[in-house]
Amino acid sequence: MLTGKVCIVTGGSRGIGKAISQVFAQNGAIVYAVATRVGSVEEWSADFNQGVSGEVRSVYFDISDEKACREAVMQVKRECDHIDGLVNNAGVEFNELIGMISRINMEKMFSVNVYGTINMLQIVSRIMGRQENGGSIVNIASMTALRGNRGQLVYSATKGAVVSLTKSAAKELAEKKIRINAIAPGLTNTDMMKQADPEKLQNRINNICMGRLAEPEDIAKACMFMVSDLSTYVSGQVLAVDGCTIM
Amino acid sequence: MNALNEYNRIFRETFGVSEDALNEDFTFNGVAVWDSVAHMSLISSLEDAFDVMFDVDDILHYGSYFHGIEILKHYGVEF
Repeated sequence: MLTGKVCIVTGGSRGIGKAISQVFAQNGAIVYAVATRVGSVEEWSADFNQGVSGEVRSVYFDISDEKACREAVMQVKRECDHIDGLVNNAGVEFNELIGMISRINMEKMFSVNVYGTINMLQIVSRIMGRQENGGSIVNIASMTALRGNRGQLVYSATKGAVVSLTKSAAKELAEKKIRINAIAPGLTNTDMMKQADPEKLQNRINNICMGRLAEPEDIAKACMFMVSDLSTYVSGQVLAVDGCTIM
Repeated sequence: MNALNEYNRIFRETFGVSEDALNEDFTFNGVAVWDSVAHMSLISSLEDAFDVMFDVDDILHYGSYFHGIEILKHYGVEF
């Protein structure tokens, strides 16, 4: 489904981003998995690449550093000559109740979740805009952006910004054949979730009509649809991937 | 590739002018057809031709034909 496509996935070394990188490569894409910790992609990519039609490659930089973003994107462009897909998945999450919101954590969340997303979108869209077939950008939002959640005032605000910038970018970049969509995952079974209190977690799962957490692959498949040619007339949308959650 | 020839070609094609017009008066504020759309088209063509990616500040301050040459030199383009 993605054969011949070159994609960049930020936060691609673990969790949802790792699943996105893997699903894309399984479907034929050359994937540049972005991470900050050097070596974190190679911990699994060397073995993984043996059995797939595509390939996961690593690239290490901080998406909140505009210069680093520019250099990395140029590196991808020079190596592959085109960039067809970008998944802005990298994100930082601190859950703090009102009255206990740390300025440092707030700035970190906006720096990565919002400014980093804009950096990547702005830089990659300049490459895509010069390509005959444009490209597709997927921003990972969150159901908290749409519904809100206790203890997630700042995180939900950053993801709300992601939803808004997705819609505006879609309108501005449509003429260049660049599609911009967002995926809003519900509660997802990542390493972070394994540390949650079992009773509280079960209460939250009880609100999911499908009766289970999302697996990272569930999110990755939705991203694949958005990056693939199956969605060539879809832009400016926010797709909830939450197992029909009642919040 | 002769950088100056390529640079001039991009300006001629972007703005629909002859090479004679490319002088110190060819500026963002002084040329009617150099609007924001033409500006981004110019930037895109230059990035493609010279395999560079401009910093946003350089895009915003790219104000004239001659200033553009100086900016490109910063990115390693030799004129």
